Amino acid sequence: MNEMTAPAQKLTIRDFTSDQEVRWCPGCGDYAILKCMQRTLPDLGATPENTVFVSGIGCSSRFPYYMSTYGFHTIHGRAPAVATGVKLANPDLDVWLVTGDGDGLSIGGNHLMHVLRRDVDINILLFNNKIYGLTKGQYSPTSDPGTRAPSTPQGSIDAPLNPIAFALGSGARFAARTVDTAQKHMPGVFTRAHGFKGASFVEILQNCIVYNDATWADVTNKAVAADKQLLLENGEKMIFGAEANKGIRFNPDTFALEVITIGEGGVTEDDVLTHDETNLQLARMLAELGAQDHEPMAMGVLYADPAETTYERAVIDQVNEYKGKRSLRDTIYAGQTWVVE
Amino acid sequence: MTSEIQELESAVVRFAGDSGDGMQLTGSQFTTSTALEGSDLATFPDFPAEIRAPVGTTFGVSAFQINFGGRAIKTVGDHPDVLVAMNPAALKTNLDNLRSGGLLVLDSGSFTKRNLQKAGYDDNPIGTPMLEDYQVIDLDISKLTLEAVKEFGLGNKEALRCKNMWTLGMMLWMFSRKREPVVDWLNKKFAKKPDIAQSNVAALNAGHAFGETAELNVSLKRYHIGAKKTEPGLYRTVTGSQALSWGIAAGGELAGLQIMLGSYPITPASPILHTLSGMKEMGVVTFQAEDEIAAICAAIGASYAGSLGVTSSSGPGIALKSEALGLAISTELPVVVINSQRGGPSTGLPTKTEQSDLYQAIYGRNGDAPLPVIATRSPGDCFEVAIEACRLAVKYMTPVMLLTDGFIANAAEPWKLPDLDALEPFKVEFAKTPAEGEEFNPFKRDDETLARNWGIPGVKGTEHRVGGIEKSFDTGHISYDPANHQKMTDTRFAKIDGIANDIPLQDVDQGDEGATLAVVGWGSTYGPISEAVKAARADGMNVSHIHIKYLNPFPRNLGDLLNSFDKVLVPEMNAGQLKTVLRDKFLIDARPLNQVSGLPFKIEDILSAIRAEVSA
Repeated sequence: MNEMTAPAQKLTIRDFTSDQEVRWCPGCGDYAILKCMQRTLPDLGATPENTVFVSGIGCSSRFPYYMSTYGFHTIHGRAPAVATGVKLANPDLDVWLVTGDGDGLSIGGNHLMHVLRRDVDINILLFNNKIYGLTKGQYSPTSDPGTRAPSTPQGSIDAPLNPIAFALGSGARFAARTVDTAQKHMPGVFTRAHGFKGASFVEILQNCIVYNDATWADVTNKAVAADKQLLLENGEKMIFGAEANKGIRFNPDTFALEVITIGEGGVTEDDVLTHDETNLQLARMLAELGAQDHEPMAMGVLYADPAETTYERAVIDQVNEYKGKRSLRDTIYAGQTWVVE
Repeated sequence: MTSEIQELESAVVRFAGDSGDGMQLTGSQFTTSTALEGSDLATFPDFPAEIRAPVGTTFGVSAFQINFGGRAIKTVGDHPDVLVAMNPAALKTNLDNLRSGGLLVLDSGSFTKRNLQKAGYDDNPIGTPMLEDYQVIDLDISKLTLEAVKEFGLGNKEALRCKNMWTLGMMLWMFSRKREPVVDWLNKKFAKKPDIAQSNVAALNAGHAFGETAELNVSLKRYHIGAKKTEPGLYRTVTGSQALSWGIAAGGELAGLQIMLGSYPITPASPILHTLSGMKEMGVVTFQAEDEIAAICAAIGASYAGSLGVTSSSGPGIALKSEALGLAISTELPVVVINSQRGGPSTGLPTKTEQSDLYQAIYGRNGDAPLPVIATRSPGDCFEVAIEACRLAVKYMTPVMLLTDGFIANAAEPWKLPDLDALEPFKVEFAKTPAEGEEFNPFKRDDETLARNWGIPGVKGTEHRVGGIEKSFDTGHISYDPANHQKMTDTRFAKIDGIANDIPLQDVDQGDEGATLAVVGWGSTYGPISEAVKAARADGMNVSHIHIKYLNPFPRNLGDLLNSFDKVLVPEMNAGQLKTVLRDKFLIDARPLNQVSGLPFKIEDILSAIRAEVSA
C-alpha cells in the first residue's frame, strides 16, 4: 500500500484496462481475476501511474499486459526479486505481483520465501491451478499425487505443497485465500491485501479449463461450496454449511481442528472457534484445513499481523539516517595520504 | 652500530607465514609505511581459500608480496629479493621463487620437528646446502618476541601473536621506513585493549632495535628506496575493490541517480558489497539478496523504477545471472554488472586470479544478446572505469559488463586523488508526461544513440508494460512478427556497436604504430606486459604495447592499428580468449601466450615470448 494521494476524480474500470487483446484460453479463470482487479483498483484509490504489476513467466504472468498501469513481465520465478528492487528504488509505489503455482512455488520458490520473510510491502497473487498451463500441461508442485500429465503418464509421485502453509512457514504476516469465480469475495480479499503494510500473500484457486479442468470443483461448485468453504471473518464464529450449522472446533486430544455440527451430540455455538486473524498457530491449522474430504477450505484472511515497519521502509530509513553525513570526497580523501610536490 | 645505507632503485619483499600469523596485516602495514615515503608500489596478497587451514600445513600458507621503488612500479615483481618465512611450510612453498642470492629471513623457532614434518621436510633445511644459494638470517623470532613482550604479562599464545610485528619492525629498519604510521594504527586498532596495543608496539620496536644492534653472521644490510618522481598531487594507497566501489558511487552522483547494489557474497567480489554497504552517507542502497539471480533481478527492478541498478559477483555468479542479463538487454534497462574474475571453471580457484570470463562477458547468454564490455587494468584505474560503466549504461540504456579480477580487487597501489569537481556529469532525464493526445512509446529511440525512452513508475502518462518477449519496434507492444524480430535484433546490435563512436580511439601505450610486434593485452596483465615491452625495447627490439579497455565494442581504429604491425602477440591469463575475438573481428594472425596458474604473469615469461616472436 502506498501513501500517495488518491486521484481527485474517481477512476473507473476503464482507467485500468489496457488496449491489449487478452490472450488467455476462452473460459480461463484468469479472466475473472483480471476483471475483478480492474474493477477493484478504482475503489482502493489507486492510480495507474503509481501502480506496478510485476510477474514472472506462465499464463498468469501475462496479467500486467492487460492492465493500463506500469507493468513488468520478467523471467520465470524471479518476479519477487524484481519487485523488491522496484520497492527499494521507490517505496511509495503500489506493487502487485502476479505468479502461479509453477512460477512461484517451483522455479521461484526461493525468491517467494525470501520476499515473504523480508516482509517487502507488495501484494502477491498466486493463481493456483495445480498444473503448468503455458508449457502444455505438466504436473506442478501443487498437483494432487497421481496427476496424469505429459511428463507423468502413469501419474505423478511427489507430494504437493500447500501454498498458504508455505507462506506462513516463510514468515508471511498476511495470508488469504479466494476463488477465481468468487466475484463478491475476491474484491474484499484484494482490498485487505492492498491495505496491509508488508508482504501480503493471496492464493487464488483458479481453473485451467484446458489442462486441469474442474480441479477445484469439489470445493468451488455451487452445489458443494457452502459445505466445502469456510468464509472467515475476523472476530466471527467459524460457522459454515448450507444450513449454517457446521463449525470448527479445536480438539486438544488430536491437537487439530475438527468439524462439528451444532445441535448434534450437545454441541452448541459456544463450542465453535472465533476467528482471530492475528493468531499464527490458528492460521497454520486453518491453512491445512480441507485436506480431509469432510473438511472445508478456509477462505478469506487467514492471517494478518502487520509488523511495525516494512522491509524497504526500514532499508530507506537506515540510509536516510546516514545520508549526507559524509561526502564521497571525504570518503576518498580519508585515510593516510601524502603530498607529492 | 649504524649500518651503511645502500640506495636501491627498487626491491621485492615477500612475507609468508601460516594463515594465522598475520602476514596480510604485516604486508599492508609495510605498504602504508612505504607509500608514505612516496615510493611507487604494487602489492599482491596471496592467500588460501580456507579461512583457517590446519596450522603449519603448506596449504595454509598466506603470503603478501610488495614491489616498491623510486621508479615506476607496474608489477609485483617476478622474484622476491627478500623472503620472510615464518614457518617451514612458508619456506617450502615460496623458496623456489626467491631470487638467487636473495635474502631469506627465517623464524627458526618455528622450525620444530612437527612443523617440519607438516611441511614435508625430512630434515631441517637450515644450515644445509638446500639454502646455500641465499643469504640466510635465521633468528628465533618466536623467542625474541616473547622476551620483548614479557613485561605485559600476556599468555604464551597471545604473546606469540606479536611475532609479525617484531618481523615488521626489523623489515622497516632494513628498508629505512618509519614506524610511526604502524604505531598509530596499532593504537587505534587496539584502543580498547591497551595491553595488546602496547605489546605489539613493543614487539615492533624490538624488531627494529634488533636490526640496529644485532651482530649476525650475515651482515644485516640497510637499504633506502627513494620517492618516485611523479605527478604532483595528493596521494593515498587504494585497492581495486575500494576504487571500484567509489567509482560506482561517483557514477551515481554524476548520473543524478540513486545507486542500488544487489549482490550475493562471493570470493573475490565481496569487498565491493562491503564497501558500498558502508556508503549510506552517499545515499547508496545495498541489498544482500538470497542468491545471485535475485541480486541482479533486484538491480533490474530498481533500474525499472528509476535507480541505477548495480550487481557485483565473480564468474560462477555471473553464470547464474545470465538469463536476467538477457532480460535487461531485451527490456533495455541500465545495469552495471561487475565481474571480479577468479580461476575457473566451476568453483575453480576462488582466491586466485584469472581472466577467463571474457567469452562469458561478450557471448555468454542465450539469443543474440550484445552488451558493452570494459575492463580495468589496475587498482587505481577501477575508479575511472566504474564511472565509465555507469555512463554507458544510462546513456545507452543497456547492461554493461565491467571486468576486473581477483588480483586487482585485492592489490594496492598509490593513487592520485581525483578532483571530483572536474568529472563530467551525465545527468539522466526520465520521460515526461506526454502532451494531451500524445501516447507514450517506451521504445521510441534517440536518433543518435538508439537508446530508448526511460519512463519510470510514479510519472503520469508514461505507464507502459515491458518484458522479455520481443517488442514491436514501432510501439513497444508484444510482437511475434518475423520482420520485426530481425529489425529489433539488428537494432540491439547497432546500438551497442555505435558505442564505438563514443569512446576514445585505441592508443599505443608504448612504442610506435607499425612496429614489428604489437603485444596486446587487457585487464590486469597491464603491469607485466608494460615492463616486458619496456625491457624488450631497451634491448633494441621494435615492439609496442597496446592495452585494450573497451572489449565490446572495440575502439573503431583497432583493426587498422593492429594491421599496421607485422605480428601480434596476446598474453592472457586464460586459454586464448581475446586472441580468438581479435582473429574473429579483424582476421589477423594474433598469437597467444597463455597462463592459467592462478598467478599474475612474470615479466620474464612475456619477455621471452616477445624475443621468440621477434627473432622468428
